[in-house]
Order: sequence, then structure tokens, then C-alpha cells
Amino acid sequence: MLKIRNVESGYGKIRAIRQVSMHVEPGEIVTIIGANGAGKTTLLATIAGLVKASSGEILFGGQNLGAVSAPKIPFLGCVMVPEGRQVFATMSVEENLLLGAHVLHKEGRAAVEGLLEHQYQLFPVLRDRKTQLAGTLSGGEQQMLAMARALSSRPKMVMMDEPSTGLAPLIVKEIFQIIVRLRDEGNTVLLVEQNAKAALAIADRGYVLETGKVILQGPASDLLNNRDVQRAYLGREKID
Amino acid sequence: MKRLLALLPLVLGVILVQILATYTGKQFYLTQITMAAYYSLLIIGLCVLMGYAGQISLGHAGFFAIGGYLSAALTTRNLVVIKSAGWVRLLDACGFLQGGKDSYGGDLLVVTPWASAIFAVLVAALIAVVIGIPVLKLKGHYLAMATLGFGIIIYRLALASPWLGQADGIAGVPPFVVLPGLVVRGDAADRVQNYYIAWGVLLLGLFLLLNLIQSRVGRALRAIHGSEEAADAMGVDIARFKLQSFVLSAIFAAIAGVLLTHFNGGIGPSEAGVMKSVRFVAIVAVGGMAHLWGALIMGVALNFLSLRGVFGSYDDAVFGLILIVIMLFAPNGILNLLASPKKGKVNPAQSETRQEV
Repeated sequence: MLKIRNVESGYGKIRAIRQVSMHVEPGEIVTIIGANGAGKTTLLATIAGLVKASSGEILFGGQNLGAVSAPKIPFLGCVMVPEGRQVFATMSVEENLLLGAHVLHKEGRAAVEGLLEHQYQLFPVLRDRKTQLAGTLSGGEQQMLAMARALSSRPKMVMMDEPSTGLAPLIVKEIFQIIVRLRDEGNTVLLVEQNAKAALAIADRGYVLETGKVILQGPASDLLNNRDVQRAYLGREKID
Repeated sequence: MKRLLALLPLVLGVILVQILATYTGKQFYLTQITMAAYYSLLIIGLCVLMGYAGQISLGHAGFFAIGGYLSAALTTRNLVVIKSAGWVRLLDACGFLQGGKDSYGGDLLVVTPWASAIFAVLVAALIAVVIGIPVLKLKGHYLAMATLGFGIIIYRLALASPWLGQADGIAGVPPFVVLPGLVVRGDAADRVQNYYIAWGVLLLGLFLLLNLIQSRVGRALRAIHGSEEAADAMGVDIARFKLQSFVLSAIFAAIAGVLLTHFNGGIGPSEAGVMKSVRFVAIVAVGGMAHLWGALIMGVALNFLSLRGVFGSYDDAVFGLILIVIMLFAPNGILNLLASPKKGKVNPAQSETRQEV
């Protein structure tokens, strides 16, 4: 589905991403973990076209994303749940979802309404708050809204940037359960997380990013048991 | 249909004001209301740009002036001396010119009001595109300064160009026969008719904009206002929507300029002045930024008071003061101030309980 080859990108002269190659297959959860400043968010922004890659190749469904402008990328089925949720605070929950379906305007009202209905089934709490302003939701609800908003565009792949940021542990658990459910329904998820343990627990495969480079990759369970990963990201000094 | 019905109270109010004015023998009030209605056409257009798309413009008097000045110049500048020129004959053949007699009995050959109006509005739209593409990349006060620069250029052009009448402006602009029987002009005899023409145009504009902001485009505009980054991630083409709303508001301003110039029978450089732009921004702010109804009501009310001379020589000072007071005490506008206890408040009880689930 997504294939990245030797991508370099960054801001001005700063190269935040160096020679990164990775791939995501349909129906899997792939996670990118790493410390603060490792380049995780930049990598997502590069795929989403918000930051342009200076070299390398990003293929999505066989199409080269490097040649597509940022607002056109969601039309291809690659959509992002931005870090910090960024719901449209002054718009209602329903309007936020309709905005997610922005890319589907050619399919008519019935198709969009069907998709929204599906989101309300996935996230019943949003149905209760349909007309409420998004800014008045709790953090967890906003995260759900941001996810539902992205899913309203019927994407082929959803990229999630730090969905656990600023949420209570119980809510984080709920959010991660929802991500698993999304995968089980056939969605493809590329998940960027600082919360490495939780991310690896639900992912199929993972990449470890350090100072812009992929230093480790493999099945999530392998990474979870990897000593270096455990020491650096899972906070375990002693391995028993 | 529902949206048409929402306009009904306003329509009834407009009719009521006319009947009251006529009945009490104060029909002269209608002249200022008519002028205020044309200014309000510009203001509701600016409201979409500022309140919904979140882009400030301190140059909209410039677009108003482009509309007004071009239609004034084209409908008054005599082409008789160059009537044998190829392009004049071509325009004549297309039916864009009309003959007549000037006040000294000489032959007059000028562009028809309709052709001038369409040309003026198209030019304003084109300039909005050309200015908008580079300028809308700027944000906040940088955008304000760039549009201010544009406004100053237009003002200075009007003052400098003999074709535009320099400091005197252009007088003797002929009436605009919009449709047979519907004439935009300032004669006392046509007061009531022009009152309804102005309101008709304004209500049509309001209806179009209300529909626009309820649509997918309006949602996209509000999303841009909320967070450009998130809107981008949702596939909203920010640059295009910003430009479209900029051009749309410029078109509204130019139409207002064309009609008011024909109504007044002339236009002067003060219409292009920077203080006019500031005034329009102030009125949009008083109306509540993202509030078309507020912008319309405040636009008509404040312009009416100003045109009646209520603020006297302190006119511009009053609008400056209004801007400061509104920004300090009611950044969401006066109407929202009245409604705020109910609307837009977070319901903390609800969101707190959800957090624990």
C-alpha cells in the first residue's frame, strides 16, 4: 500500500529524516516509535505532503506522492489524524465529520450520510454529541472525533500522530482498542507513538526511528522483546 | 425554502420602515438607508472573508473604488472625438455604447451603464486574483499591511489620474437602467424605488452568502479559520478557498461601488480612502466577525447614522473608537455579547463525567 524508499526530508538545511525506507501492507497496523525529536512527526508530514521530501520516493498505491500537492493527497485515500487532535473547535461534531467527508463531495449526500452513520456506530459517544461544539468535548472525545473525521473520508490508510498525547491512561487504552477494531474491520493504520509499549502491543510491525534514521524494524512482538528497545523505550533497565 | 423564510422578517421590516417613513413625511431618510444598504453589500462580502475564512483586508475600499470609478469614468468620458477609432467602432457595433447630448448640447458618446458595470466588476475580480495570489500567503498583520498597501495605491491613483478626476472625482454619472422601469438614480422622485432596489440587491447578496456558508465551501472556510494545518490534512485546498473568498468579497465590493456611484451620480477619492476600509473592518467586527446577520444590521445602522451626520466631524474617530472598544470588550461582536450566557459556553459538567469512562 505504502512504500517509502530512501526518503530524506526536513526543514531548510536541517535534515530530520535520513534515508528512511519502510512499507505498509493493507490491513496491518504499522507503528513508528522513537524518542522526542527522532523525526516521527516529520516522517508523517512528509508522507502527507506538508513537508516536501528532498530526495527519495514515496509510493502510495503505486502513485508517487512526491508529485501530489498536500490537499490532493487525502483524495487518494491517505489521510492523517494530526498530533494534538486539531478538531475544529468552533464547529459542531457533525460539521467536523462532514469536513472529513470533504473529499467525497462527488459521491452525493447519501454516501456521505452512510459514512457518518458508520462513524456514529464506531463512536457512539459522538452521536450523543452530534450538535455540540467540538471545542467543548473532553480530550478523549476529541481524539475519537479526530479519528472519526479522518475515517469519514473513507481512507485506504489512516496515519495517526501520537493519539495518546495528553490523555488519561484509561482513555489511552480505549483509544488503542478502537485502533485494533479499525484494523479488524479492514483498515490500514500507520501509527506514530511515543508510548512505545502500548503501540507495539497492538501493532503488527514496527520501525524504531532514531535521529531521523530507522535503526530497527520487524514484527512488533520481536521489537517488544528486543533488549535495546526495552532499555531505550520501554524503561526497563534489567532484563530478567 | 427554509432559508428564504428566514429572510421574511427582514423583508417585512424593510417594508415597514418605508411605510413609516412615507407616512410620517420623513421619506428623505430612505436616501441614507439606500446608501447604507449599498455599503452593507460590501460589508457582508467582507464578513465572509474576515469572519469565515479568517483573512483580514484593509483594502476593500479599493475594490469599492475600482467598481465605482470605472463605471463612473466609462459612463461619462466622451468618446465622440475618437469615434472613428477601430476599437470604439467595435464597441459601438457590439451595442456597448450609447449616444446623447451633454449639458452644452454637444454630442456625447459613452459606454452604457450595463457594459461599464460588468467591465468594472470583472476588472475588480481580476485585480483581486492578481493581488490575492501572492498576498494571501501572508498571515495576520502582514496580510493587513499588504492589503493596506493595495488600498493606498488605489486611493493615490484616483487622486493622481486626470481620467479619474483627481481630487474632484467624477460627477454627472448617468442613471443606471437596471431593467426597464428599474432605474438606479438619486432623484427624490425615485427614492422609494431605489430604496427597494438597494434592499433587493442586498437581500439577494445575503441569501447567496447564507447559502454559501451553509455549504461544503462554508464548512471548508470555517475549517481554515479554525486550523489551517488540520484543514490541509482533510484535503481542503486552503490557497484556493482563501482566494475564492477574497475574489468573492471583492466582487461584492465592486458591485456596491457601481450601484452607489450611479445612485449618487458621482464618486470622489474619499470613497477610496483607507479610513473607509478601516470603517468596513470595524463594522464587521461590531457585527460579530462570523455573523452575516450582525454584519448586515450593523452595516445598515452605523452607515445610516454616519451618513445622517450624527457623528459630525468626528466620523472617522468614532469608527476608530468603535474598533478599539469592540476588540477590548466584545471581540465576538455586540450581538454575541447579548447572547453569550447561553451560547458557546463549555458544559464542564458533561465533559468531566465523560473523562472518567
